[in-house]
Amino acid sequence: MAIVELSFSALPVHVRTARLIVTAVARRSGVEEALLDEVRLAVGEACSRAVEAHRRNCPDEPVHLELKGENGRFEVTVTDAVPGEDISGPGRREGSDASSGDLTSVGTPEDLAFALANGTVDLGLAVIEGLADDVEISTSPKGVQIRMSWPAEEAS
Amino acid sequence: MDLKVNDYTTDDGLTVITVEGEIDVYTAPKLREKLIDLVNKGKFHLLVDMEKVEFLDSTGLGVLVGGLKRVRAHDGSLELVCTQERILKIFRITGLTKVFGIHTSIAEAEEKRKGAK
Repeated sequence: MAIVELSFSALPVHVRTARLIVTAVARRSGVEEALLDEVRLAVGEACSRAVEAHRRNCPDEPVHLELKGENGRFEVTVTDAVPGEDISGPGRREGSDASSGDLTSVGTPEDLAFALANGTVDLGLAVIEGLADDVEISTSPKGVQIRMSWPAEEAS
Repeated sequence: MDLKVNDYTTDDGLTVITVEGEIDVYTAPKLREKLIDLVNKGKFHLLVDMEKVEFLDSTGLGVLVGGLKRVRAHDGSLELVCTQERILKIFRITGLTKVFGIHTSIAEAEEKRKGAK
């Protein structure tokens, strides 16, 4: 089992750095080239969500990532330090079908823009749900944890 | 990588916004400012050319939805030019292909606009 851990200050500029590192580790862990875009985007979404949550609640706390390759899976866990964030609702559905993040049930673009602005819809979670092979979102008194994984060849 | 955002308006009154680079939580505010600025200048028919966009995340989607809401308030339109599968996929999984008109080229968008008049 190979583990890479990464912590970064909750600044938007660092999300790109995190994406680059995760993509490099995913490639090294044997994730198919065709899946790397999905890994990059899904992890970027999880990091963006965590950065925004930290900026609202605890800007001095770093966002934490753990990248793990074992048993033919590449697993990424993004952990924030903001307890009690509500992650239910459209695009925020706990235990939803990971194959669909369709938000058009929200209604017109005006409705959707309003829902995005007031936080009842989270496009980022919708994208993660649509992209990651396996997603688990959990909340604890310490914060929100998003665990995503993809198939990977055993790295040499 | 920085986000490059430029625009020009055709004789037909269509404002084409060319975007180059990565649209994410760090760079999306630049695109948001451009869209707001154009609407404030009375440009209500916008076409965002995304052919040189290398990365788009939900922050970018949110900016585009916000832009669409603004132009619609003035009976305007915001459509996209995009043929890159990895970008189109994000619109598909969120269902936003039903919200935005998506064209394969600027010329195609202009033709459809003329045809609709």
